[in-house]
Amino acid sequence: MVKKGEWVRIKKILLPVGQRAPQDPEDTKATPLVMWTKGFLQAEAEIGDVVEVITAVGRTEKGELTQVNPYYTHSYGKFVPELVEIDRRYREFLFGGEK
Amino acid sequence: MALAKDYASVMGRKSEVMKAALGMDYDEFESGSIAFDYEKMMRSTGFTLEEIERVQSLTGVGNTPLFELRNLTALARKCAKPGFGATICAKDECANPSGSFKARRAACAVAFAKKNGYKGVIAATSGNYGAAVASQAAMQGLKCIIVQEAFDSREVGQPEIIEKARACEALGAEVVQITVGPELFYEAISLLEDTKYFNASLYSPFGIAGIETLGYEIAVQCRERFGKDPDMVVCTNAGGGMATGTARGLRKAGANDTKVVGASIDLSGLHMASDSQFNKKSCTTGHTGFGVPFATWPDRSDVPRSAARPLRYLDRYVTVTQGEVMCVTELMATLEGLERGPAGNTALASAFCLAQELPEDQILVISETEYTGAGKHVQPQLDFARENGIEVRFGNPDEEVPGVNVILPNSAKDFKIKELDLDHMKDSLIKKALTTYTLDPTDADVVFLAEETALTVDEVKAKIEKIKKAL
Ligand SMILES: Cc1ncc(COP(=O)(O)O)c(C=O)c1O
Repeated sequence: MVKKGEWVRIKKILLPVGQRAPQDPEDTKATPLVMWTKGFLQAEAEIGDVVEVITAVGRTEKGELTQVNPYYTHSYGKFVPELVEIDRRYREFLFGGEK
Repeated sequence: MALAKDYASVMGRKSEVMKAALGMDYDEFESGSIAFDYEKMMRSTGFTLEEIERVQSLTGVGNTPLFELRNLTALARKCAKPGFGATICAKDECANPSGSFKARRAACAVAFAKKNGYKGVIAATSGNYGAAVASQAAMQGLKCIIVQEAFDSREVGQPEIIEKARACEALGAEVVQITVGPELFYEAISLLEDTKYFNASLYSPFGIAGIETLGYEIAVQCRERFGKDPDMVVCTNAGGGMATGTARGLRKAGANDTKVVGASIDLSGLHMASDSQFNKKSCTTGHTGFGVPFATWPDRSDVPRSAARPLRYLDRYVTVTQGEVMCVTELMATLEGLERGPAGNTALASAFCLAQELPEDQILVISETEYTGAGKHVQPQLDFARENGIEVRFGNPDEEVPGVNVILPNSAKDFKIKELDLDHMKDSLIKKALTTYTLDPTDADVVFLAEETALTVDEVKAKIEKIKKAL
């Protein structure tokens, strides 16, 4: 159960398949146009319920409750060995005498 | 009564929504034919260059340092023939409050919105502009919604775009994220209609006039430091605002001999609106997917007439690869001690090659850097590419196929630029104008097209004849 007043993320289908823009390529047309936003939950609900939230600008938006206390997980990525190799190679070329 | 929100209904109300959301009637600039009064539109901001400087400085925007990139210059000289290798400088736009030159654009748009009594601003952007508008809205006390094209249908998004969402939220904005498609503008129009907020479009006269100070500062700083104007300024090009505004600013400073070069990452072959190809690219802006269509037909944007019209100003337009941009970004950190974001370095990868064409006593400036952070950095972007089945390896940049691999240049000598055919792009623009408006252009239309393409009236007339014959 998610309590009223919690900060949550919701999801809503804006344009279902069949109603997308005519200029969309075929693969995009085969998927719905989906929207996500965040806000304060207006009434107690379960994940998956259709709920109302009040967003950061004070707008009321309706959609399926997908997350409570949403947070970011993007990072500096996993190690990419080529990067230290760039450092080594290019430094050697610039500073390491004649090649 | 609730308004119908299907695609056709919302788009059908576009022009009335825009009139209210832009606080300006674009009909005033129209001739009824191909031509419109571009300079009158640019003056409609009511701000002179000095006033824009003042508006920007109120929020700490602009007056960024100009760095001389000594080690990259030395590296370019090592690859160039004797006596060649211009001094490469970078305008450190990362020093703006929101971490990119986009703060210049947002400062003016938000100031206008505030002056005209709007309660909030909306911008449709997945890039640096979102953080810029959010930052300015916070500083100037307005509400802000950023609409992002963020995910494919699996809800997977580029780390760079996710970082932008985080930044916008941190700066107090509501971030509305949608799946890939040109319906980004549909959703933005729908929100403008519901909220009555100002449309802080990237392509409005405010959005472009705000960049003129950047070109102006580059000229002044080069005169102070080197005693002369820059010989060449390279601009990362997507929607064309950077190139247009910078070139206009250079001219306002009287730097009339400075060559302006546009630079984009070559993403040919990838469809920008495709769900399955959305995450096959390893960069999110400054690429040909925006750069070429917007240059050849600027009026495809979210305003009736775009203020970003790069073919008026570009002397050359070159492309580089994703791998070259990633590599030069790493070099900027490891050789110059400046850790900056990849997007701004599209111009730098090009500049590294262009500098080698110029004598050592010439000055080449890249018009910007941008901030870097989690997600928006060489490593997460290359890691994301690998996770999405893109091969990342060393090789010759010629081997790069967008959406298939990212090739990091084996050595500094392997960097190369490709020249886009500006003349061909000018043909496209003229053809599109003729087929959109009229096959019998007026004299004023021909003069307008000459300005649009930086050609002479006679050259345009010859092109029109040729295009009409081929139709
Ligand atoms: C860092 C950076 N440089 C350059 C550009 C390109 O600017 P424009 O869209 O005005 O061509 C953008 C935006 O897309 C950007 O974020």
